[in-house]
Formats: sequence, C-alpha cells, structure tokens
Amino acid sequence: MIDKLPIPRWARRAIIPIIIVPLVVLYPEYYTSLGTSQLIPTLSTAVTMTVFVCMAVGLNMVVGYAGLLDLGYVAFYAIGSYVAGWFASTQFASHSIVFGAVGVQSHAIGIHISIWLLLPVAAAMAAAAGVVIGLPTLRLRGDYLALVTLGFGEIIPQVVRNGDNMFGTGFNLTNGVAGITPIDPMGFRYLHGILPFLPDNFLLTPNLDVWFYRVGLLLVAITVFCSIRLRDSRLGRAWVALREDEIAAAAMGVPLMQVKTWAYASGAFFGGAAGCFYGVYQGGAIPDNFKLYISTLLLAMVILGGMGNVWGVCLGAAVLSYLNQQGLGAIGNTINSNFGTNIEITKYEAGLFGLLIVLMMLFRPQGLIPSSRRKAEFDVVKEEHEAAGVVVG
Amino acid sequence: MATDTHTARRPVLAVLPRVTGLLNRAVTIALLALLVFWLAVNFVQGPGQFGSVLLIGFTNGALYALIALGYTLVYGIIELINFAHGDVFMWGTMITVSIAGTRLGLDGSQSGIVTFFGVLAAMVGAMVFCGILNPTIERVALRRLRNAPRLAPLITTLGISYILSNAAQFFYGPNYTGVGAILPSNILFLDWPAKSLIVILATIPLLLALTYVVRRTRQGKAMRAVAQDMDAARMMGVDVDRTISFTFALAGILAGAGGTLYVLEITTTRYDLGQIGLLAFTAAVLGGIGNLTGATLGALIIGLIQAFNEGLSWHAPGEQWTTSIVFSILILILVFRPQGLLGQPEADRA
Repeated sequence: MIDKLPIPRWARRAIIPIIIVPLVVLYPEYYTSLGTSQLIPTLSTAVTMTVFVCMAVGLNMVVGYAGLLDLGYVAFYAIGSYVAGWFASTQFASHSIVFGAVGVQSHAIGIHISIWLLLPVAAAMAAAAGVVIGLPTLRLRGDYLALVTLGFGEIIPQVVRNGDNMFGTGFNLTNGVAGITPIDPMGFRYLHGILPFLPDNFLLTPNLDVWFYRVGLLLVAITVFCSIRLRDSRLGRAWVALREDEIAAAAMGVPLMQVKTWAYASGAFFGGAAGCFYGVYQGGAIPDNFKLYISTLLLAMVILGGMGNVWGVCLGAAVLSYLNQQGLGAIGNTINSNFGTNIEITKYEAGLFGLLIVLMMLFRPQGLIPSSRRKAEFDVVKEEHEAAGVVVG
Repeated sequence: MATDTHTARRPVLAVLPRVTGLLNRAVTIALLALLVFWLAVNFVQGPGQFGSVLLIGFTNGALYALIALGYTLVYGIIELINFAHGDVFMWGTMITVSIAGTRLGLDGSQSGIVTFFGVLAAMVGAMVFCGILNPTIERVALRRLRNAPRLAPLITTLGISYILSNAAQFFYGPNYTGVGAILPSNILFLDWPAKSLIVILATIPLLLALTYVVRRTRQGKAMRAVAQDMDAARMMGVDVDRTISFTFALAGILAGAGGTLYVLEITTTRYDLGQIGLLAFTAAVLGGIGNLTGATLGALIIGLIQAFNEGLSWHAPGEQWTTSIVFSILILILVFRPQGLLGQPEADRA
C-alpha cells in the first residue's frame, strides 16, 4: 500500500525511525502515565535493556556479520565490569589515585578514575582479550572455534572467582566470590560547572535511573552507528564474504586471519564498554553474573532478531532482556492473579529460551527482521533443497 | 599485493615453520617432564593417597568415556557437536534414581542378588530411556536442519540442552537428588573401594559391545559408510536417515548406562549435571574426534587429570581450577593438534 504513494524513498525510510526514536528517548518522561501495570518496563529494566542491546549488537558483529559462532561473549562483559571495578573502587587500597572521579575524596584510598575515561579503556581491554582469543583459533573451523570461545567463556569467570589469591601469592586481583563493590558512581563533574542542568553525580539526582538510561541510550546509539558503518566498510564486506564462503573469500584476496581477528576485536570492544557501564550501574562486579547462560541469552537475542541485521538484533535484545529482567515474572503474576493459578513462570525461563531457540531455528532461522542478504541466502538453500528433492523423487 | 615485498619476506617465512616446530616440541617435552616430576614427588610423598587418586581417576575416566563416545559417534557421522548430549546423560542419572531409589528402594541393605538385579533393571531402564530420547531429538529437531547452514543445528542442540535441563528441574526439583550407598564400599576384607572397581569393570563389556556393533554388524558397516560419504552411501542403498537415528540411539544407550554407573559411584545428581558433558567432549577432542579408541583414551586422560588436580596434596591447583585446566587443555589441543592424539589429520572439508 505504502509503496504506491508518491512519497520519496528517503522519506519512506525515515518514517519508522521518526516514530521510534522519540518514543525511546523520551521514555522516562512519559512511562509513569502508562499506568501502574507491572508489565510496563521500569526505568531500571530499561537501563538493563540498553546494556543488552549494546552487547547483542556487538555479538552480532562476530556471529551475524562474520559468521563465527561465539559462545563465550560473557567473558568480555566480565572484563568490562572488572575494569570498572579495578580503576573506580577501593580494590587496590595500597594506592591512592583520584582522577576526575565523582563522589570520592581527593585523597581516598584505591584507584578512582572517571568512568567516562574507563568506558573506552574497558572496551580496549576487552578488544585486546578478543584478539588473544581470536589469534590462536584462526586456523580452526566453525564448530571448533565455537568450542574455544566456550572454553574462554568458562575460564575467565573461574579465574575471576578464584582471583582473590592469585597462584597462592596472596595477591588479591578480583576479591573472589564477593566481587568488587562498591564501584564509584557516574556524573558530569566538570561539565556540571558549565552546564548546570547536567547533574554532578547520578546517585544524588532525584531519579538516578533517568540519567543512567540516557547514558545507556548514548552507548546504544554509538554502538549501532559503528556497527552500521563497519558493516558497510571494506572490513564489513570482507566479513560477509568470509561468512558466505571462506575459501572463495581467501581466493579473492581477503586476508582471513586479519579479518577474523578484527571481527573478534570489534565485537568484544562493545561488549567491554557495555560491561563497564553495567558494572557501574549495578555498583559492583560480581562473579555470579558471568555465566554461560548470559552468552546463550545473547546468542538467542541475535537469532531472534535476525542474524546480521542491526535493527532486528536491537529488537531481539530489547524483547529478551525485558522478559529476562521483568517481563516473565510480570506475565506469570498477571496470569496467576487473573486465573487463580499458581505458576512460577520464572522457573521455566531457561527452558523457554531453549524452546525459543529451537523453534526459531526450525521455523524462522532468518529471525524476526532478517537482513536482506541472509534472507536471500536461506531462499537459495530452500530452492536447492527442493531441486534436490525433485531429482531424488 | 606488491611482488617485491613478497619475495623479500620469503626466506624468513620459509624458516618460520621449522623454528616454531622445534619450539613446539621443546615446550611440549618440558611440560611433560614437569608433569612427570610433579606426579613423582606426589607419589613419593604419599603412595597410598596416590593409589586411591589413581583409582578415582580411572573411574572418572570410565564414566567420561561412555559420554565421550556419544559425542564422537554423532560427530563422526554428521559432523555435529551435540550440546544436548550431556543433558541426555543427566536424564540417565535421573531415571536411575527414579528406578533404583524411588521405585525399588535400593539402599545397600538388600541381599547381593536383589541389589544386582535391581541395579541391572535401573541400568536397562536408563539405557532404554536415553536410547529413545536421543534419536527423538534428532528426528524432531535436527533432521530438518540437515541442509541448513552449518551453525543452525549446533545452536539448536544448545537450545535443546536448556530444555532438557529445565525439564529435569521441573520433575526432580532444583536440589540434589540421589540414592543411598547401593554398593558396598569394600570387597570382603580388602580395603579397595568396590564400587569404583565395579564401575570400571561394567564399562569394559559396554565398550566391547560397541566395538562389535560398529566393526562387525551390518548396521555398523552402514554407519561407517555414511560417516565416510553420505551421498555415496545413499546411492549404495543405505537408509541414511535410519542409520543416523541408529547412531543417536547408540550414543543415548551409552549415556544411559553411564548415568547409572555415575549414580552408583557418586550417589547424587542434579538438573545441571549436563555440564559434565563439556568435560567429556574435551576428552573426545583430545583423543581425536570421530575415533572410538581415541575417545576412550582421551576420557581416561581427562579423568586422571581431574583426579590428580583435585586429590593430590603437593602443589595441586585444587578443585576450583578443574574447569579452567580442562578447557586450557582443550584450547591447546585444538590449536596445536586439532586432529587429537589418535586422529588422522583431516583434509579441509568446507
């Protein structure tokens, strides 16, 4: 219908963003007027959603663009959180370094560096870890690669959990099971003097989630922008070529090792930044948060949305992180109060996600919003299948 | 690419493989020497403790072998890492607890004959259950994806693994469930843990039976044919779908038997036991995936490493590091010897 109307192409493309962007950005202003139903996402849920959208878009670069299955993405989340923990808390009490931090005395013990500086540092450290994971695995085929990432995703949380006494030396790197807490808050320390409407310290504002939500959205915007620009770059086209046919790509002069390493590094970069932000928001880096389950959940987000399509992945991540954080419990409670049942739906969360993954793979492997290239690929597979069926039949 | 830089770098590149090869060998030998030294010191310090740790290692290894063979059988035939296999094994332990513990009430107080037949019934029950569950998974979820992109079935098995473990949580609850000590802890007056010996002894006929099926029967021949070339096998009249189902059933049967033996040895189980599958898979890769002898050998090595790490007292990293150690081994093996200890270097199958 809309195709027939005399609207220019750019305007048609702009319609959906023009509706959605203000709805998302202004969410803190109007969400209280949506009613008191527990199904309405709270601001705290919304912050978590922004974090998971960032991570899923990062993972999408590895899985969706380059076609390398990564089952250990939680490692980058952990690294990001622990960078925040190391450089913005009292963890290293023998030092006293304060640089632009919010809400700490100028001679406080421990290292306190401005979170704004730590975000790129965390991202860079995660990217470096991505290279370390990527480098030895370049020669391996897809499923072996998945196993190595799975291995790293199990090793890093275990190192973190046991890191309060590294190799029996008594050196406390990660504070063990208790984790590093509290982490310094965020705030516009210097900008506050120039532009007074920017708060000095988020924790001292009347509704602290509002500012965390805005920063989270900023991170999402940066991640999505970078993701799209990377996809259309020379590197991004090399990733897609690699995903479609490794041998053909190599024959066309795509340097496989370099391109794969960059895929891991860029994916990890955004995971690290999001992990750092989430650590600050939660006020601590806790080992129990870094489970294989998170890696699978992120993978489910990418699959649900549509591998390779940034907007689809954003949608998938928003939906699943909402369900994970608040939605499932709220839906369960709503069902129970309306029908008088007593189902603890959150207990079946893992099984429901498993079911979702299986059903998506069986009936809509291209995802909710498939990328046009992926869609074409699945159609070709189907045609080949049918053609083969005709020959055999 | 400019040709002059290419020729300039050539001599360096030509030497590189030899240097890295020598380095690899030197590092490997040094690491092995260190390992032997560490074991020797531990042996001298406590021979008795070393002996019991060795037995635990062999028992773990026997259990891992039964799971690892399932991974290796399935990978051998359709080149798929079946992430749900560990959870099929977990269901084997659950069924054993249901039959031996809840239904028959075995707790070690019954006479030898009753215990023997009770355990046998539980084992057959677990084997039948897992032997049906595993091909059902293949039939329902994996068969449709046989021509899909390579990662699709892999991700599907991951989803199934979550479904299976969540279902176990639903039926058996979130806490540990188990049976009493069904088997005696020592034989007559000898101070050997009898249950460990029984586990090891029970594994041997299972492995022999598997070898017989794969090497000597018609169905085993079909399996090997499909593993080698699916299309050629189909043209020769092999029913490929049936053969793949049969392979999944064999893998499930071994996992079920492993589940019973695990319950006899450890006595407790829980819905998230499926994670053990990752250790077993590492064993399969270590031995050379697709290779039955390799899987058994790899399982014994992983079992011993785990037991040494957790049981020895002189400079052992301890239980909290087991996962890291096993996965480090997995990564090193994949990087330096992807074909495993006994596997043949494979041609690049895209």
